Amino acid sequence: MDWGALHTILGGVNKHSTSIGKIWLTVLFIFRIMILVVAAERVWGDEQDDFICNTLQPGCKNVCYDHFFPISHIRLWALQLIFVSTPALLVAMHVAYRRHEKKRQFRKGDQKCEYKDIEEIRKQRFRIEGSLWWTYTSSIFFRLVFEAVFMYAFYFMYDGFRMPRLMKCNAWPCPNTVDCFVSRPTEKTVFTIFMIAVSSICILLNVAELCYLVTKFFLRRSKKAGNPKHHPNHENKEETKQNEMNELISDSCQNTVIGFSS
Amino acid sequence: MSWGFLRDLLSGVNKYSTGIGRIWVAVVFVFRLLVYIVAAENIWKYEHDEFECNIKQPGCENVCFDHFFPVSHIRLWALQLIMVSTPSLLVVFHVAYRENREKHHNQKLHKSPGEIDGGLLCTYLISLILKTGFETVFLVLFYKLYNGFKVPRLVKCDIRPCPNTVDCYISKPTEKMIFLYFLVATSCLCIVLNLSELSYLIFKYSIKCYLKRYSKKCQ
Repeated sequence: MDWGALHTILGGVNKHSTSIGKIWLTVLFIFRIMILVVAAERVWGDEQDDFICNTLQPGCKNVCYDHFFPISHIRLWALQLIFVSTPALLVAMHVAYRRHEKKRQFRKGDQKCEYKDIEEIRKQRFRIEGSLWWTYTSSIFFRLVFEAVFMYAFYFMYDGFRMPRLMKCNAWPCPNTVDCFVSRPTEKTVFTIFMIAVSSICILLNVAELCYLVTKFFLRRSKKAGNPKHHPNHENKEETKQNEMNELISDSCQNTVIGFSS
Repeated sequence: MSWGFLRDLLSGVNKYSTGIGRIWVAVVFVFRLLVYIVAAENIWKYEHDEFECNIKQPGCENVCFDHFFPVSHIRLWALQLIMVSTPSLLVVFHVAYRENREKHHNQKLHKSPGEIDGGLLCTYLISLILKTGFETVFLVLFYKLYNGFKVPRLVKCDIRPCPNTVDCYISKPTEKMIFLYFLVATSCLCIVLNLSELSYLIFKYSIKCYLKRYSKKCQ
């Protein structure tokens, strides 16, 4: 059980996402999770061992480390990635529920059901409309909120995104103000800025996806308002043309029949 | 043999669960197991090496660490995850038993072996009660062993061979406390989910029984 398992779970959601959603998922896995696992964890690996304070007083180093790093960057990123990925599970659950309902309809032998077999239901890609639209949009909204909250928490806890080389500490039992040196501060700053930049890109992608979905919703509504006769769920251009042609044919047939009878 | 085994086990259980049961599996996977493996394990990795006492007396640090941490938080957490996931195996075994029986008698005895009714309902309810029981027991154990869920920065130790009362410093106490609170929150969430599922199943099947009796009376 590790990040690979999360990839398996979220990979299923990918099928039902918009194109922007697919890009977001790729950015998440390649530029955040993979970077975290293969690079960032090594950089922060020796963070407490190599955190050195200019004192021999036992306990001073522990206390100063705890004071300056209440929660390590690495753990905060891991939590951020878990929380940001979780709303996609809502979509996965909704899709699974819809599939379950379709399978139930199919098994009952419902004539309304348009599928030929169970495999078709399993492979089907649902369009993002109706209640699925609301679930999808809520999941994007929650993603945005979690990203923003974690970025703010980072900024607030570490007074910006820079890692200083030297910290001055006078927490008990340190006998007076003591100099403490952080290990690899420049490398840590580089990775912090990188992760923040990718978080910002993810926020922009989520905002773009939200705008796209809202625009699509209003366009669809205005189309429906413009064509009140047609059923909203099975609408496309070809069907509209075919329906119009059928109406013309039936009208002309009626006229012919009336003509005959008179 | 690792956490992947538990993941496979729980994925198998997912098939025979109710909707709330599936949410429970998702919470256990994502918010407990995944957080444990990718974050929590590393915090407690060097807890003994980084535990420091203000004394040079050999053996004092060891004895004090053992006194304050009889069982490490992280080991209790792992035990809790295992014990809480195991009752679901009862359901899997019962379904396998049903399928075996159908094969043996060569006829369909149930509408579907995974349908939660009759004996399987009892097994499912027992597994829910056991899960809730284990969660509560471990939470109480955590609370009693460590006097609450706080992790202090400093503990005072005066056990032999420490010559007098000695100051000992725990490493990363704030980070450990944050993750302990996270553990407690997710445990409570799982308890709430289990209790909701229990009530839902009892309510659903009481209504079913009542309607069956009512329709029999009408006939």
